[in-house]
Amino acid sequence: MSAAAEAPITPEIVESHGLTADEYRRVVEELGRAPNIVELGIYSAMWSEHCSYKSSKRWLKTLPTTGPQVISGPGENAGVVDIGDGLAAVFKIESHNHPSFIEPYQGAATGVGGILRDVFTMGARPVANMNALRFGGPDHPRTRHLVAGVVAGIGDYGNCVGVPTVGGECNFHPIYNGNILVNAMTVGVAPADRIFYAAAAGPGNPVVYVGSKTGRDGIHGATMASAEFDEGLEARRPTVQVGDPFTEKLLLEACLELMATDAIVAIQDMGAAGLTCSSVEMAAKGGLGIELDLDRVPVRESGMTAYEIMLSESQERMLMVLKPGREKTARAIFQKWELDCAVIGRVTETGRMVLKMGGEEVANLAVKPLVEAAPEYDRPWVETPPEPIIAAKDVTPPEDLARALTRLISSPDLASKRWIWEQYDHLVMADTAGRPGGDAAVVRVHGTSKGLAMTTDSTPRYCAADPRAGGRQAVAEAWRNLTAVGARPLALSDCLNFGSPERPEVMGQFVGCIQGMAEACRALDFPVVSGNVSFYNETDGRSIPPTPVVGGLGLIEDVARAVTPALKAAGEALILIGEAAGESGGWLGASLYLREIEGREEGAPPPVDLAVERRNGDFVRALVADGHLTACHDISDGGLLVAVAEMALAGNLGADIETAGAVPHAWLFGEDQGRYVITTGEPDTVLGLAARAGVPARRIGSTGGDALTVDGAHPISLAGLRDAHEGWLPAYMAVP
Amino acid sequence: MKAAVILFPGSNRDRDVRMALAASTGRDPLVVWHKERDFPEVDLIVIPGGFSYGDYLRSGAMAAHSPVMREVASRTNKGVPVLGICNGFQILTETGLLPGALMPNASLKFVCRDVHLRVETSQSLFTNRYQAGQTIRAPVAHHAGNYFADDATLDALEEEGLVAFRYCTPDGVANEASNPNGSARNIAGIFNRTKTVLGLMPHPENAVDPLLGSADGNPLFDGLVEALS
Repeated sequence: MSAAAEAPITPEIVESHGLTADEYRRVVEELGRAPNIVELGIYSAMWSEHCSYKSSKRWLKTLPTTGPQVISGPGENAGVVDIGDGLAAVFKIESHNHPSFIEPYQGAATGVGGILRDVFTMGARPVANMNALRFGGPDHPRTRHLVAGVVAGIGDYGNCVGVPTVGGECNFHPIYNGNILVNAMTVGVAPADRIFYAAAAGPGNPVVYVGSKTGRDGIHGATMASAEFDEGLEARRPTVQVGDPFTEKLLLEACLELMATDAIVAIQDMGAAGLTCSSVEMAAKGGLGIELDLDRVPVRESGMTAYEIMLSESQERMLMVLKPGREKTARAIFQKWELDCAVIGRVTETGRMVLKMGGEEVANLAVKPLVEAAPEYDRPWVETPPEPIIAAKDVTPPEDLARALTRLISSPDLASKRWIWEQYDHLVMADTAGRPGGDAAVVRVHGTSKGLAMTTDSTPRYCAADPRAGGRQAVAEAWRNLTAVGARPLALSDCLNFGSPERPEVMGQFVGCIQGMAEACRALDFPVVSGNVSFYNETDGRSIPPTPVVGGLGLIEDVARAVTPALKAAGEALILIGEAAGESGGWLGASLYLREIEGREEGAPPPVDLAVERRNGDFVRALVADGHLTACHDISDGGLLVAVAEMALAGNLGADIETAGAVPHAWLFGEDQGRYVITTGEPDTVLGLAARAGVPARRIGSTGGDALTVDGAHPISLAGLRDAHEGWLPAYMAVP
Repeated sequence: MKAAVILFPGSNRDRDVRMALAASTGRDPLVVWHKERDFPEVDLIVIPGGFSYGDYLRSGAMAAHSPVMREVASRTNKGVPVLGICNGFQILTETGLLPGALMPNASLKFVCRDVHLRVETSQSLFTNRYQAGQTIRAPVAHHAGNYFADDATLDALEEEGLVAFRYCTPDGVANEASNPNGSARNIAGIFNRTKTVLGLMPHPENAVDPLLGSADGNPLFDGLVEALS
């Protein structure tokens, strides 16, 4: 072995690799000797929180992951669900929080690149991108820079690859000042019987590297994502990868072209921990060994060490196992697309990972322990103390309703995000039937009349106040948003963003959210098929609130029947489906009204009655399918009046509504769950159907005019509302 | 009508325009790889949108020097009609088959949204199914769609009736508010002198189905089929 590889491993080196002394002892025990530096690097990557899920695994196992629609659940590159006609939808959401905070443009761009690869690795053509973004307070000096960089990074990457970015969510709160969240989701479509997996097979089969060359970028990204931030952010910049969407586009086309042949045995993208993670996972899943000759890895610069090659996170690379003798087929295709393609090793039956370089063996490790012996922690946790319930009558009514609504609808969280999504090509591929801005985006399944509906949702203020209720709500809201366009929810992918799991309060939030999510998934038949955990979102000991983002996917049989929130015609009835809990008429605890108008961030969040959620949702979906509705919108942030205002703005048509309940402002702004506002030209039919189904439904007004009128009082002009709603983000971003 | 769609590494609206052509012509267009110089005779050549060669030097600049574009230029001279959409328009100006240049948007940001277009003339292969002065709706999706040419060139384009489409308000007024990218004189698309080449930034191929927002692009493809069959 070379001199470098023989250098002794000191406790400092171990610590710099993010392994604890105890974990290092386990490594030595597994090996029966001290590792060399290459081996230590491999162990540290595989046993990092990011790759091993060591703090979360125990809890993730409690999430429901099966159902008749599920073809492949968590554990693969992405989840796979059956959408009929011999097709499957392949999707996953993933975080790129730490890199995006350090270098927003490249961090966000490579987040999109990584999730696209997760999907096309499985043989699916990506058909849509979504994202969920959380930034710090608008007043924070870095926020503008981060918004501009993240949005440009997401846009430039997806736009160039030619996959439409069709929607998402974007919120602001000072609590994310030190840790923004960038979660990206990709949905793809593949023939259901042509899904590609990572498990290597066939000892002797060639291991082939394709795509970009390997450089010195992104080394230790997985380790970085497994630690909190402190001073010295700048010094971490080199750990952020650099993306090249053009190469990604070529890689996508080349991979799909090769996948159309029968040459591939297994394929895995090189994401976190690059060649290390991809080769170990392929070998481990196949119960086999792997031997790589690192001299054959295409590199960008000379003099790269085995350590650097194994831990580089250079983008746009794939590893595959081919059938014997099919190297030529692969080479021809990759040459056509002008990408590197190199046989760098072979599958073995030894169960060991053997790495060679310069004629020497630089690592020799058993594969199984790298994956299976990874520590699994049962971290101590404490339950989050409950917030008191705030009675609606104890919340001051607004002095001026028009002013309160205008303020809410132009607040950073509710203001229009057009400035963002107009920078995303949301139309390329010519199947976008439901554009950004609705409850869920709708993308036609190419060549069919079906549609895929997709949404990303989380309400961190609910989760912070009551993790379990917040976990339920995140799942229920995604399910509701899919339902609101007329889709049957199929499955979800979760991106669990939390602080340090080593703190019992944070672990308690995590456990609570998972419990709530699991309950909702079960009650709504909405299983988790893929996902990602992002811990250590904290800076100087200050953690983000629990932010479990749910990326939901649903199916619409006839995409032409999908509805939008936009009011369509004057003289139609506005009907409220569902009802508020209690007599006050609305739940104001933890609401946006309370935060934006009263300046109070407190109170228990609205409860989620999952049986009611399901009953109301199933009823609404049937109304859409039967063509009874002209518009539909779920009620969430900001409550009923905000929902009606959004519908009016989207349709450029006014409405008159009448309040009900003992506390009118609670009725208008309460955030009770399981509710929808619908419009119909046949109110008697709809109300009759609701009565028969036992679903609370109440006519609350009619469409018409160019203003919103509440209880016949002064009309609130749509033009003024629109200026406020559309104006905030562009004005904010225009400040130099 | 037989059409060919040129495919560069990085083209990404090739499928969109292939679908639109297939719907209008009843058959799949030929796909021609960027390295090919020798492809069958066709009635129409389409250069689709995307990011040819990553657009890393300047939009369309590298594609302009590709083998296939030498062939496209030579066929253009023989009168074969060419339609360049978005990146295709950029490639046509970089090749010199159309005058002017497409600069980065005035906002310096990518813009994807529906725009209104005023059809400036119905006297062409491409616009014969529209009325002059008619307003249509189609999306734009680009980072460099800011049409620029010197005043003499712009005047000549206007005088010779070579402006095909202008960005306008829903009621047909071409003003600053309706200009999504800063284009000179709100120009969205132009012809060459013989009106056999059309370059435009908006995407008529993404406006062929009311379900997806607009069907105002259909007359362009249907008109081509009628004129070239």
